[in-house]
Amino acid sequence: MTVDIWASLASILAAGLVTLACRATPFLLFRQGKIPPLLDYLQGSLPPIVMTVLVFNSYKALIPLAPTWTFTTAPIEALALVVPGILAAVLQSWKGNALLSIAGATLLHMAMARLG
Amino acid sequence: MTRSALVRFAFRTTIPVLLGYSTIGLAYGLLLATSGLPWWLAPLSSLVVYAGAAQFMAIPLLAGGAGIVEVAVLTFLVNARHLVYGLSLIKPFGEVRKARPYLIYALTDETYGLLTTVNPPEGASKARFFTLVSAFDQSYWVIGSLVGALAGSLVPASWTTGLDFALTALFIVLLVEQIRSVRRPAPYLVAIGASLVALLLAGPDRLLVVAIVLAMAGMLALKPLLRKATGGGSDAQAGGGSE
Repeated sequence: MTVDIWASLASILAAGLVTLACRATPFLLFRQGKIPPLLDYLQGSLPPIVMTVLVFNSYKALIPLAPTWTFTTAPIEALALVVPGILAAVLQSWKGNALLSIAGATLLHMAMARLG
Repeated sequence: MTRSALVRFAFRTTIPVLLGYSTIGLAYGLLLATSGLPWWLAPLSSLVVYAGAAQFMAIPLLAGGAGIVEVAVLTFLVNARHLVYGLSLIKPFGEVRKARPYLIYALTDETYGLLTTVNPPEGASKARFFTLVSAFDQSYWVIGSLVGALAGSLVPASWTTGLDFALTALFIVLLVEQIRSVRRPAPYLVAIGASLVALLLAGPDRLLVVAIVLAMAGMLALKPLLRKATGGGSDAQAGGGSE
């Protein structure tokens, strides 16, 4: 199969413009100090919401879904996701050193992934 | 604070992203180069698009000869969450002049997380700190995808298995830091509920966008209730937009 390189380039450019438009929209719509109160209320809650959703998104594979409603992740794989995650949270709450929390959790995950 | 001290501080801030972006960027480059596309599309896409999920999603589309409209629509669906990210940065970015367009263009999930969570040191230029963090993050992504695309299949995949967990750990760390600074349970609980509903209704592929939209709708619906419940006290500060 041959790939039309110009079509690929045009698609990448389009994807770039769409992404930039998404990122720039709030800045173009609302100049500084002119944020409507309702959006100001929302933006205060956005970082907690986004972080919670991003963490949830990292663990979505553990939740059984329709149509089978069964666990699709093997227990050892699930443990290799959950235990290092808990370690990251505990280390961060305890020491507050992001690098330590992330390196420790990632090494544990890599070790557990190889055992399983 | 001297310029080089700020560069070091910004670099240390981005080390978790370095671990995540370089490995995931590497995986992206590898995947693109082994899917029949020319290797240089990987670093080019990392420069032009600079949105991980959208770039991964685009690989089979580009390789399969999908139309430009299909790529654009799917990119919009994956990246629609960015429509709201900027809302929390309008005020912080207000002090930034020249670098503003770059900061907006380079606002990924992880950079958003760092910029809304980590404060620059006392007396340091906010604009310079933001720019350094954003540029460090993007350099990891571009270089990672370049190396991955060039390396092809030279490096055994077994070496890097699991290294991408660094991004999950980063999100957990950022969540812990959010819990420390925004001490209201509502946004977290609403976000968990919204994620569950989004997963069940929209499925795992569209979870990010749908969950964030649902959570915002939930916060709006709960607004009168939360006002009454929190009243004054310590929450008045958090609700007053001081973040």
